[in-house]
Amino acid sequence: MNQTVPSAPGRVDPANVEAARRRRARMQEEERRSKLVRRLVTPEGAAIRLKLATATERAGAFLIDVAIQWAIVVATALGLLFAMRAMDPGSRNMAWAMWLVFYFFVRNFYYILFELGTKAATPGKRALGIRVASRDGGRLTANSVLARNFIREIEVGLPIQFLLMGGDRVQGWVALLGLIWSGIFLLFPIFNRDKMRVGDLIAGTWVIRNPKTKLMGDISSSTKTAAHERFTFTPAQADAYGIHELHVLEDVLRQSTQDVKAQVALRIRHKIGWQPDPGETDTAFLEAYYAALRRRLEQRMLLGDRKTDKFDTR
Amino acid sequence: MSDLLKSYRFREERESDWRKLDLILTRAENSGVKALSDEQMTALPHLYRQAVSSLSVARAISLDQNVIAYLESLCTRAYFFVYGARTSLGERMMDFLRRDWPACVSSALGPTILAALFLFGGWALAFFLCMQDMEWFWTFHGQNFWDGRNPDATVDYLRSTIYTEEGELSDGQLTSFASYLFNNNAQIALFAFALGFAFGIPTAWLLVYDGVMMGSLHAVFWSKGLGYEFTGWLLIHGTTELFAIVLAGAAGFVIGGAVAFPGQMTRLNSARKAGQTAASIAMGCVIMLIIAALLEGFGRQLINSDVIRYGVAFSILGLWFAYFYLPRKADPL
Repeated sequence: MNQTVPSAPGRVDPANVEAARRRRARMQEEERRSKLVRRLVTPEGAAIRLKLATATERAGAFLIDVAIQWAIVVATALGLLFAMRAMDPGSRNMAWAMWLVFYFFVRNFYYILFELGTKAATPGKRALGIRVASRDGGRLTANSVLARNFIREIEVGLPIQFLLMGGDRVQGWVALLGLIWSGIFLLFPIFNRDKMRVGDLIAGTWVIRNPKTKLMGDISSSTKTAAHERFTFTPAQADAYGIHELHVLEDVLRQSTQDVKAQVALRIRHKIGWQPDPGETDTAFLEAYYAALRRRLEQRMLLGDRKTDKFDTR
Repeated sequence: MSDLLKSYRFREERESDWRKLDLILTRAENSGVKALSDEQMTALPHLYRQAVSSLSVARAISLDQNVIAYLESLCTRAYFFVYGARTSLGERMMDFLRRDWPACVSSALGPTILAALFLFGGWALAFFLCMQDMEWFWTFHGQNFWDGRNPDATVDYLRSTIYTEEGELSDGQLTSFASYLFNNNAQIALFAFALGFAFGIPTAWLLVYDGVMMGSLHAVFWSKGLGYEFTGWLLIHGTTELFAIVLAGAAGFVIGGAVAFPGQMTRLNSARKAGQTAASIAMGCVIMLIIAALLEGFGRQLINSDVIRYGVAFSILGLWFAYFYLPRKADPL
């Protein structure tokens, strides 16, 4: 924040104070988010920005996966119980033995099998658009996947065992110590910069966001520019806003209701002093203004001048 | 046409290539590499490089956030596909069995010997303590352990627990017991690996504890004159199972050692390097324990001759040693 909000000396406009507060909040939020971004330079020399998954996303993915695991375990156990009624005692034991082994594999290999796949993500991670990646940007090896998941045993398996331990006083104390220990492991991802579990640490991995973004039409596309002919904005009008407002306007045009568009159009018209023509629709006005603003800002950017927002007056 | 935005013209020229790449990636992600045609495979590197350079340009000249976000996500996906592992799960498993596992095990010879010392040290300690005074057994095991295989049992009862009677086989009780033991042991093996993280101290404790349990039981049978028979009963699957437990302990020590003595590397890097070797060893332990459970569930029940039991035990042990420690030809890769 190197820019101060311009305001007339001696007179403090409450609207300006509010705007400055919001700008500060926005920049803090941007800074907070940029802490989760890591640069990966590909062998081609281009930088890709990887966004780390937040602790909340990881917890959410884990809960989904646990729910799926439980669903598998409970469903197969119920199916087995049902099938067992028709069996003689010998095959009953056999079936039970097979199920126990199956349980072991669901418990320990559910994560491993999915993370070894091309998507490097369990169903829970996929649902939240995150995946596992190697921290050094290289290949995610099978060994890493094994390591990060076997460690889960002391992060999740051990605390559960401690919880199930009850009984006399000594065991109570052991259980308490165990819970403290597991609390350290549980909260570990929150207290390190890279949001790593202990398993990630040992395996040399981290979990990154991998959302699939759809390419949408360009708002300033050629088919529309023909209709925009009648809108001509003066340079001063095109200079009224900055990149931040352009992006907000893009969001408004892509996803907002007619109502919101009408309000935004009203405010922009007011700000730039635009007299609406009789047949002019709000959407057409906004699209034309978007195109004009973007053209102006991109021109300035080519000259090395990024106007971050409307307060950025240079 | 000069009226068009520069960034829009830029996008218009390259968009079809981006979409082609997107299509290929979606296909590969959903149905695997094999679903791609030869044409797609050859086009991929070119399309990938183009997308990456598009991203750099777009960052410099375009203010369309959707385009930049799209290219970021496209390039990330493409990067992980191009530089990620492309081998199938089956190939990875074959690699593991052929190369990775024995290589990791033989590279951890020192920790393996250390783990064996802890396990068999605990074993010997409990064995000799119990041989001198059977009261020790109760100290180790508490009052109720293992369906009456304790110092108060009769020789006949003990003998009956290590041989399978005619007709007893069909009840399948032992199969489920074997699978229970497998679950238990495999979980403990993974535990021994994971706990190595705390400088290997809990791992050592687990090994000694396991050794004490077995050693005291061994003493019970020994003192009743069933030492030779019990050893055969134990070894037929025990050579595999105990080896697996020793290796699991070794995996824990590999990590523990790396965390405690990182040498020239940072502690983090050292742990990471060791962690991957150790995880391979732990994975191998699970495989060994499956084999041990099969030997226990079937081999031990079906074979009642002591000599054959010893024979099977040592030939399998020999196979394991050959598999892990015999030097092999370097891979031509």
